[in-house]
Amino acid sequence: MSPSTRHEFQSRPSAARRWESAALWLFRTATYVILICGALVFGNIVFKGSKTVFTTTAPFINVPFFTEAPESLYVFDYQGQKREMGDREFRAFKATHPEAKDIKAESYVYSAGGIFPCIVGTVLLVLGSMIIALTLGVSAAVYLSEYAKQGRAVTLIRLAILNLAGVPSIVFGLFGLGLFVIYLDWNVSLLAGWFTLAFMVLPVVITASEESLKAVPKGFREGSLALGATKWQTIRKNVLPYALPGILTSSILGIARVAGETAPIMFTAAYVVRDKLPWEGLTSVSDFFFQGVMALPYHIYVVSSKIPQNEYTERVQYGTAFVFLVIVALIATCSIVLRNKLRNRYKW
Amino acid sequence: MDIKPSFTSPTSGRSIPVTPSPVGSTLIDIDHVDFFYGASQALHDINLKIEEKKVTAFIGPSGCGKSTLLRCLNRMNDLIDGTRVANGQIKIRGIDIYDPSVDVIELRKRVGMVFQKSNPFPKSIYENITYGLRLQGRSNKSDLDAVVEKSLRGAALWDEVKDRLHSSGLGLSGGQQQRLCIARAIAVEPEVILMDEPCSALDPIATVKVEELIQELRTKFTIVIVTHNMQQAARCSDKTAFFYMGKLIEFADTRAIFMNPANAQTEAYVSGRFG
Ligand SMILES: Nc1ncnc2c1ncn2[C@@H]1O[C@H](COP(=O)(O)OP(=O)(O)OP(=O)(O)O)[C@@H](O)[C@H]1O
Ligand SMILES: [Mg+2]
Repeated sequence: MSPSTRHEFQSRPSAARRWESAALWLFRTATYVILICGALVFGNIVFKGSKTVFTTTAPFINVPFFTEAPESLYVFDYQGQKREMGDREFRAFKATHPEAKDIKAESYVYSAGGIFPCIVGTVLLVLGSMIIALTLGVSAAVYLSEYAKQGRAVTLIRLAILNLAGVPSIVFGLFGLGLFVIYLDWNVSLLAGWFTLAFMVLPVVITASEESLKAVPKGFREGSLALGATKWQTIRKNVLPYALPGILTSSILGIARVAGETAPIMFTAAYVVRDKLPWEGLTSVSDFFFQGVMALPYHIYVVSSKIPQNEYTERVQYGTAFVFLVIVALIATCSIVLRNKLRNRYKW
Repeated sequence: MDIKPSFTSPTSGRSIPVTPSPVGSTLIDIDHVDFFYGASQALHDINLKIEEKKVTAFIGPSGCGKSTLLRCLNRMNDLIDGTRVANGQIKIRGIDIYDPSVDVIELRKRVGMVFQKSNPFPKSIYENITYGLRLQGRSNKSDLDAVVEKSLRGAALWDEVKDRLHSSGLGLSGGQQQRLCIARAIAVEPEVILMDEPCSALDPIATVKVEELIQELRTKFTIVIVTHNMQQAARCSDKTAFFYMGKLIEFADTRAIFMNPANAQTEAYVSGRFG
């Protein structure tokens, strides 16, 4: 049969066919648009950030950027040459070059040095709020789904928790300011930041935990209780271990998201700049908890909006953003690896 | 008379051994029991005596309350909100198990259960068996090893799994999983084993193995088994109770139930004419 002859299955244009191709076109375009936006965002940050983070000479990574504190950048002409120096370097330079003593240099805040204190601060904030959120969240989830009598009250509580997830981060920030910083008088401190961040992820942790607990077959609970286990023994030995992979993954991802928020920490935990690292100059253990820290998202905010912009600030902005992206990606990867490990141990 | 049953005294740590009574004496006395799920009554005036070291079968059409009654015997129904035994008493060796002084934990150690859907824990075979013992604080390795072997032998599973005690219980076949659950139940040395349709998910060969196992277990344990399989009830049990719509219709020797039932409904059911 030649292709030109008409036959039983001859294709004909029809409305359904036209809708089919239109729908396909729409879906495909939407996907590509998203891809392009994503690529632009990441590409921009990676491209500009890598100029700060990587170097062309060995060891190819801008080590001081990771290990030093932010300082002011000084730009000046010296013997006809344009020189750029960080604060400390500039002072040392002036000390060794007496003729440069009265040199007129332009200074740009935070544009030299590195972001080590911010990395440390963010890591501390993430760890602390994770511990608090997991403890509170998992306990609450266990209570809600294993102990509490299911009914209207519990449904209301769940609803309230879900609503909490929709509260804007700035509101959490103000809440933290009001409750922890002012009322409890914790000042701008790690502790206040931990609790504010923890409260913000609690909805995620509780919802994820409840879901993971529900996914554990009822038979495991009944089997355990029928052997003479108490409820808590059952939960601890025969329910929580199997729910843990799910709980951890979602919670850690939730924390990673929240760790990127500026609003909740800007009133509660973050300092624009702090000379001491969190473990320096402590006179007692409680000092550790009641100190403010620098943090990556807040640092990005500060260098992008709080200081005069110029060609030098871009380096810090994008460098910090890039490092921050990498850290968040690392946390997410860790949580997924952890989940897969745990999941392989307990499979049913 | 002032007999303190072992399951009412959790304070003493280890349970007081109960003196075994002769085969055939009443172990569980279900005395005019009404049972409710919330507002709906699932059991009406059940009156039944389960004898020591005998196999008692519960039969009846779906929804007639067999599982409900079985789950009353180790108070598994407590887990469901709104359930209650409204009237009557369930007594084990004369002690009302719904009395406030009764410790449910102790009770469940005495009255083990095997579920319809086999539910080995996603742990190793060894850990599955020792689960109940560890709950009681037993952690001596050689003690546990001995119990594992004894229980697995008791459940006719030892030869099949002795080389892979530390691999997952979920790696076993359906029938082996169910026997693992039986082994897990007998490891804590209960007096009574409740079995809710233990073979309903098994193929015929696995079913035969479990039935043979029940024949061996009957010498040591009092067994109550719910089944939909008439032949199984006829083959395995000494006594059979026929339920219909939440009522106990007839309770007698298995032979009598199947050969010449007193009640017309029983006859219709066992001969396969309804249900
Ligand atoms: N959790 C529950 N809540 C409310 N009603 C229930 C519940 N479980 C069982 N019932 C009701 O109690 C009655 C007896 O149920 P039960 O499970 O004891 O029947 P069964 O004889 O075991 O049936 P099957 O042979 O299908 O297992 C049924 O009418 C059932 O709908
Ligand atoms: Mg049933």
